[in-house]
Formats: sequence, structure tokens, C-alpha cells
Amino acid sequence: MKIIVCVKQVPEIADVQIDPETGTLIREGVDSILNPFCEYAVEMALGIKRQHPETETVAMSMGPFQAKAALMRCLEMGIDRAVLLVDKRFAGADTWATALTLAEAIRTIESRFDLILAGKQAIDGDTAQVGPEISEILGIPEIMYGVGLELRNNKKKIRVTREIETGNEIVETRLPCLISVSKGPMIRSISSFQEILDARNKELRLVTADDLAMDAHKLGLKGSFTQVVKIFPPRVKKQGEIFDGSDAHAAAHKLTDFLSSRRFI
Amino acid sequence: MLSVDRDKCTGCNICEKVCPFGAIVVIDGKAQVQDNCTLCGACVTSCPVGALSIERRQIPQDELDAFSGVFIWGECEQRAETLIPKKVVKELLSQGRLLADKLHQDLTVITLGDHRLTGLDSLFAHEADRVIRCQHKLLGRYEPDSFTLVISAIITKYMPAVFLFGATPNGRELAPRIAARLRLGLTADCTGLDINEDGQLVQTRPAFGGNIMASIVSPFTRPQMATVRPNVFPLAQPNKPKKRRIDDFQISLSKALFRTKVVATHRLEADGEASIEDADVIVSAGRGCQNKENLSLIQELAVALGGVVAGSRAIVELDWIPHTKQVGQSGLTVAPQLYIAIGISGAIQHLVGISSARTVIAINNDPDAPIFKVADLGIVGNALEILPVLIRDLKNRASAPK
Repeated sequence: MKIIVCVKQVPEIADVQIDPETGTLIREGVDSILNPFCEYAVEMALGIKRQHPETETVAMSMGPFQAKAALMRCLEMGIDRAVLLVDKRFAGADTWATALTLAEAIRTIESRFDLILAGKQAIDGDTAQVGPEISEILGIPEIMYGVGLELRNNKKKIRVTREIETGNEIVETRLPCLISVSKGPMIRSISSFQEILDARNKELRLVTADDLAMDAHKLGLKGSFTQVVKIFPPRVKKQGEIFDGSDAHAAAHKLTDFLSSRRFI
Repeated sequence: MLSVDRDKCTGCNICEKVCPFGAIVVIDGKAQVQDNCTLCGACVTSCPVGALSIERRQIPQDELDAFSGVFIWGECEQRAETLIPKKVVKELLSQGRLLADKLHQDLTVITLGDHRLTGLDSLFAHEADRVIRCQHKLLGRYEPDSFTLVISAIITKYMPAVFLFGATPNGRELAPRIAARLRLGLTADCTGLDINEDGQLVQTRPAFGGNIMASIVSPFTRPQMATVRPNVFPLAQPNKPKKRRIDDFQISLSKALFRTKVVATHRLEADGEASIEDADVIVSAGRGCQNKENLSLIQELAVALGGVVAGSRAIVELDWIPHTKQVGQSGLTVAPQLYIAIGISGAIQHLVGISSARTVIAINNDPDAPIFKVADLGIVGNALEILPVLIRDLKNRASAPK
């Protein structure tokens, strides 16, 4: 069985700052990481591999050359090999062009797959659109917000526990399919020194638009259906009163006064 | 258009059976497409040999005007024995009305469901000009394959200019499925919508966790599709009802179309428990509460104030509370009158989820916590010491003679 995990490299959002004068993002000095939801997807693929050791796991990403680091992280975690779709013509892609490129790459160079896993969303764009778009392009069923899975019927079917608004539900579908992952194991395995060394010997293939025989007009910014026309800083709320709460009684008193003045009590 | 690869087609009849419109028939062992094909794609996803494909072209600029009307998905939820539109539909109605008026076009709600579908009359009292209803016994429960094809078919038939979905878990699954099927631009989780001088939908959304806002257009594809974040736009207010105009959309569906099947459902919320999305008062806990046991204090405070308990992504990951109570970018956007953040540092992704809260109180022992920047009242101190005193004071107050 072959599992493809689609992953994305993202900036560490917590460290992103806005230049107050230009209103643009200050990206310098901001670390890039493997998107946390993608990390869960990788963990889930490795969980299947632990149960079914013959499973082949492939991490795939589209991004600049630096995104190799995110794929190296996947290899260190235990993924067997990695594919980076890297080409200037891929740049500026919206979710549609991204999904189309990933789907074409899967179709062209990894066609015999059984399962595609993806993080439910990336923490930089937060669209959650690429997963369902890939499934639609490939014509396979999709289940979103997965938190656990179980292969059944001699690996022909899969049961996915997924989050829904009121709780959880278990959904069954046939393979091949795509599952987006929204939560992983609480304690993540830390790669050992040996795993980090091993990762360096694993295959990390670079793939360009020419390898996929895709027309340039379907790629990147040109192939995107949406266009960003303006970027601006969000409105900032005015800061209210700050009270020193080192005395618990004074703090509680302050709180009841405030709640009462706003008619909450 | 839909084309059949005659070399691949085995004449197996599956496409004929799954076509909701009877638009494909097998003649002399090969599938043939009829004129009433809506390009919904049901046959393409069911064909076992990949013999069917749809070629969709992008629309040249001068043909864009043929698309008219603002459509919204009237997502329904089950209440008792009925299916009624969710609260977010009223938010889409208020915003959709503004857009439709700017375009001088109609506002249409699309609802899918079975015989239990109800509450449509109230849509006409809340700004809707028309309802397109698709009723079928297999549409009683949201399921992505069937809903994708029905709405894709409705879009192909009615050709709206704008199509909005609530950015609910289902909306965020359905919209990209439809967008990819019909080859349309789609913008996720919008918090602002407007029409520009060219008549284009300008879709504004937070990016980079809420650090920055981006305005986005879809110049070449129609309808222009967006999912809209719940609890950001005001609810449509009841008006004098408009003339009742319901179009029934006929469809025949077979179970063969449904590739996913729900085998069990597990509710994490007690029956009748208010969703944090609808709550007026929320007491929300973060990692600063130190352990799961301390959440009893949060619960007591919530009860004393008539509110509900919620929390940050950090404590959902620690399994202190279920994901149904997570506030923030990857959880829910809330819009309470009062939000009390206890031991929450206030990462930007969390602040995005409470930007619609009217009043924010924060208690945190770190004076530099970003949560204080958005708090109307910030208490720098140890919540675990302050809360017992506060809860006792509130209880005394409640029992004191007025």
C-alpha cells in the first residue's frame, strides 16, 4: 500500500510581525516550519506503517527550494521518500492552481497510490481548500477533519473518525481516497540522531513543470482563478484598563465592579 | 462539455444509473450524452474506467455579464424532527442583500433536504427574493458527494454571479469541492465582502493567522465563490415578507453516488447545551489554568455568569476540552457580549476568533501577554487565586437581598 502525504512549509506565525509604517509582513528572521496539521498527517501515515510495515510513505510538497527543509523533517520523522514540486512557474499559485499541480504530480509520477493524507489547513493561509480540491480533481472520495483511522476489508476500505460540529462521527469509504487530518497524537515522537542521519540517505526528488508536462498557463499566478488586489493591516482594538491583580481580593472586587458597571451582573 | 472516450467505455450502465437527470444513456454498448446534461459530474466520479470527462472552459470577459444574481447556500441543521436553515444563513442573507442591491440583482437561497425541510417562509421575511429547493429522500443529511453534484447542477442551470457559503465545517468542505468541479475561483473564510466599480465581488479575509488582511477578486470565473466566516456579519432583521417564490429543483439520486457512509455518530455536547457560537457569555480557559482539574473553577464562573465554557487550541490539544469548544482560527469564531479569557496568552490565531466579542476581560500572570492588547479590562495576576474569591463574591451577591 502507498500513502502520499501532502505537506506545506509555513512561517512560524507567532513570530510574524507587521511593519507599522508600510503595513507589510516582516518575514526576516521568521523561522519556517512544517505546518502543524501536516505534521499530524505525517504521524497518521507513520501510524499505518507501524501496523502494516510493507506500506510505502511519500511526502509531497510544492514550494520554493527552501521547502526541502519541511520535507527533510518528514523524512526524519520516518517517511520513506519525498517529492518537491519546485519551479518558478509554480509561484503565486492560489488554492486551485496548487491543487491542480499537486493532483497532476500525483497522477503523473505517483499514480499507484491508495491513500492521500493532508493537514486540514495550513496555519499561514488557513483556507482548508487544497485537500478537497485535489480529491475532486482526482475523482476520489474525501473525508475532512480526520482524527483517527482504521483500514478494513483487506485494505479496500477505510473507517475515519472525524470531528463534526457537535462531536465526532465515524465515516467509511473505499480506497483510494483523501483524508484531511485535524489532530494528532499528543506526544510527538522526537527524531533520534540515527533517524536524522538516515533521512539524509533517503530519496528527495525535485520535480519541475516540464516533468509534469503541464502548460504554463495552468500554473502558478497565471493559472490562478483568484487574485489578491490589496493587503492591509487589521484594525486594532483600543487597549482597555490594566489592573495589578497581585492581591486576589482587590482583583475580584475590581472584576465585580466592572461586571456590574457593564450590567453583566 | 461532457465527452465519452468510446475506447475506454465498457457500456457497464453505471453512468446511466447515477445520472440525476437521465441525461446519459447507453446505446449499442457505449454511453451517449443527451442535451439535458447539466455537467454536474456525477457520471465522471462514478465511471469505473475513467471514460468520461468534462472539458470546462474559462469564460471570456464579454460573457461574464450573462451571470446574474447573488446565491447563498441555506445550510440546514436538524432541530427536533425538522430541518431548518442555520443561524449563519441569516448572516449571509444580510450581507447578500447588500451585495444584491449594489448589483441590482436578486438574492436567492438554495436549500437541500428531505421531507423534513421547513422554515423556508422565514427566509422571505429576512431579505430573500427567491428560494431554490431541492427535496429528495437521500438529501436528509449533509453528504459531500450528493450535495456537490446537486449544487453544481443548480449553478450550471441558473448561472449566478456570486455564490456564498457559510464557512462552517460543511461549507468549507462543500465549497472547494464545487469550485474544483466547476473550475471556479474560491476565497476562504471571508470577513468582508463588497462590490467594486467593475461589479466584481471583493472578498476580504485574514491571512497569516490574522496578522494581515487580504482583498481578493475572481476576475475570470463565475459565479464568484466565497465562504463567509460565521459570527462576523449581523443577522438579517425580520422585514415585511416578500412574495413567496420557491423553485423546486427536480433530481433523481441513487445511493451509488454516495461514496462515503456515516457508520456512527458520537455527540460530545449534551442535548440542549448551547453552542459557544451562540453564547452571550463565554468563560474561556488556556494553558495558564495549569491542569484539567482547575477547569472546575472556569465552569463555576461560567455558571455564576450564565455562560458557557470554551478554550484555546492549546487545551484542546491537551484533551482538557473537546474540539467543539475551541475558539480561534482553527476552531470557532465567537461573538458573545462578554468573553473572559483566563490563562490565555492570546496568540494572534486566538484573537481572530474573538474579534466579534463585545467586551473582553483577560486574567493572566504575564503582563506582556498579547491578550491584554484587546482586553477592555486586563487583570495581571494569578487566576487560580483570584477566581475562588470572585466566584464567592458573585454567589454572595446573587443570594443577597436586593
